[in-house]
Amino acid sequence: MDYLLEIKSLVKKYKEVVAVDDISFSIRQGICFGLLGPNGAGKTTTIEMIEDIIPSTSGEILYKGKHRSSSFKQEVGIQFQQTALLSSLTLRETLKTFHSLYNDPADIEEIIDICNLRDIEKRMNDKISGGQRQRLMLALAMINKPELLFLDEPSTGLDPQARRNLWSIVQKIKDKGDTVILTTHYMEEAQHLCDEIAIMDNGKIIAQGTPHQLIKEHCEGVTVILPKNSVKIPLSQLPFRFREINGRIEIRTNDINSCLNRLLSEHIDLTEMVVRSPNLENVFLNLTGKQLRD
Amino acid sequence: MSFKRLWAMFCARNLEFFRDRSALGWNFLFPFLIVAGFGMIFGGKDYTEYKVGVFPSQHETVSVSKIDLPEGFRETLHIKFIGFKSFEDGIEKLKHHKIDFLVKAGSPENEYWVTDSSPKGYIIEKLFKGSLLPDGKVVAGKREIKGKEIKYIDWLFPGILAMNMMFSALWGVGYVVVRYRKIGVLKRLNATPLTAFEYLSAQILSRIFILMFTIAIVWIGCSFIFSFRVEGSYFDLFVIFLAGGVCLSAYGLVVAARGTSEEFTSGVVNFISWPMMFLSEVWFSLEGSSRWVKLVAQLFPLTHMLTAVRKVMNDGATLADVTPELAVLVFMTAISIAVGAALFSWNK
Repeated sequence: MDYLLEIKSLVKKYKEVVAVDDISFSIRQGICFGLLGPNGAGKTTTIEMIEDIIPSTSGEILYKGKHRSSSFKQEVGIQFQQTALLSSLTLRETLKTFHSLYNDPADIEEIIDICNLRDIEKRMNDKISGGQRQRLMLALAMINKPELLFLDEPSTGLDPQARRNLWSIVQKIKDKGDTVILTTHYMEEAQHLCDEIAIMDNGKIIAQGTPHQLIKEHCEGVTVILPKNSVKIPLSQLPFRFREINGRIEIRTNDINSCLNRLLSEHIDLTEMVVRSPNLENVFLNLTGKQLRD
Repeated sequence: MSFKRLWAMFCARNLEFFRDRSALGWNFLFPFLIVAGFGMIFGGKDYTEYKVGVFPSQHETVSVSKIDLPEGFRETLHIKFIGFKSFEDGIEKLKHHKIDFLVKAGSPENEYWVTDSSPKGYIIEKLFKGSLLPDGKVVAGKREIKGKEIKYIDWLFPGILAMNMMFSALWGVGYVVVRYRKIGVLKRLNATPLTAFEYLSAQILSRIFILMFTIAIVWIGCSFIFSFRVEGSYFDLFVIFLAGGVCLSAYGLVVAARGTSEEFTSGVVNFISWPMMFLSEVWFSLEGSSRWVKLVAQLFPLTHMLTAVRKVMNDGATLADVTPELAVLVFMTAISIAVGAALFSWNK
């Protein structure tokens, strides 16, 4: 299979600290690939080595089957986790400046529309909100019609509405068939946007696959949640393994149909019942014994 | 190398400078205020080099014609007489070097007091004693200097402009690039096809444009208020200021090559600029200074730029006459650019 990007035995060491520890993965064209992990897992270091911003200690990075050439930066778009912009420029002037840095840039008007910047294009860079700033950063990353787009924690610090807004823009990029590499510590974001995911912890990739594969492989069954007061029989008579949390009963089951039939047969009121499928957070918890945001 | 990318960065930097109104205003105002201030202090008729205390006097401000002192001393130029009510008041000021000399008015013995360690006091003492000699005893022949007089402001003005240029180049290139590295602007630019050479060239060109623009505005502004005389060609002055500006900006490039600490960069810029300001004859001549001081001064581009500018402005020299200074500036520029480019890092 032809991969757009191949990472082989990548290592990054800072003196005694091994930030990225011999990781390998490949990314097909046209997918959204997510690097998911807690803060300090090595996601940003990995992505910045691929972006050619920092050098690797060892390992190989192949883009379109070859080592990255000087044209690599013409073909990729990058949104950093933390960065600043040239001062005293408006959004449009900033876009125009970056537009001039590429040989075959995108149409500025189109980028402004895609990233919803039309209303604020004449504002100064330092007079915009966090969400608007992230949209501008995304616009700058897209200014050269990149074949490969790197998004490093794009929604960190955004409110839920701004985050949804950003996701919809990334979805549009995906729909165009461009390849996206995304780092995040939000499992909802990874689950919502990514076609494939590598879960990182302590500089290593501990699991890799599609979200569905990862969940199926590392988390079994579903969780049925009931208010405690809806269970009229003594809890000790419940025919399942369960746990009590904050006035709720949580039942883990691999057979939801049998479980629900049994609850009905016990005349338990299911009106306020919630059935929760496992997610990537559970995958991470099962793999490492800790939460993604620990 | 892409001129399109270089031009984009050049324009962005210029916009940033011209839109920062406080910095822009200060860049024009600072040299103007310095020239105006020092021109008035040192170039005016009220210039005084020595302060002589006189007692007893009811008022601090005393009228020279009414002081009961030897006429020759009283009428000496560049002495300011300050009145004190009593000996105690005067001696207190003399002890603390607030005045250079203290004399008792109307004293038949011509009593005076002076601090032995004070060079100015020593000179005044000689003047005072000399003024007591009867006329005709001194034999000395005064000869007039032929040609046009070089006023102090003619000497000072290019020094102030060059000093402003130095500060603007070092801070405008060195400090700004370090700040951009610290806050991540350089990292963002590094993610684009922009090369270090293109970026640094744009920074230097932008700074030179700003420097020359500032000099032109300040020169024109000052010429409305002060009367300068330029013996040589304005084009030659432009070329020398341009060469000096490029060299100083290249020095800024070396400062900007590494690091993310603004405090450290401030220290480095001050470490370079202060000795350059004092040893490049911006304010005073180094004539008579130790040999090593003069040698150190030769390491500074400001020295060579100022020497060339003053030769053109005050003595009517041509570019051919200042070729050695221009050659040194070009050499220093080449070295600085090579070192700055070799050391430059986009990342923290």
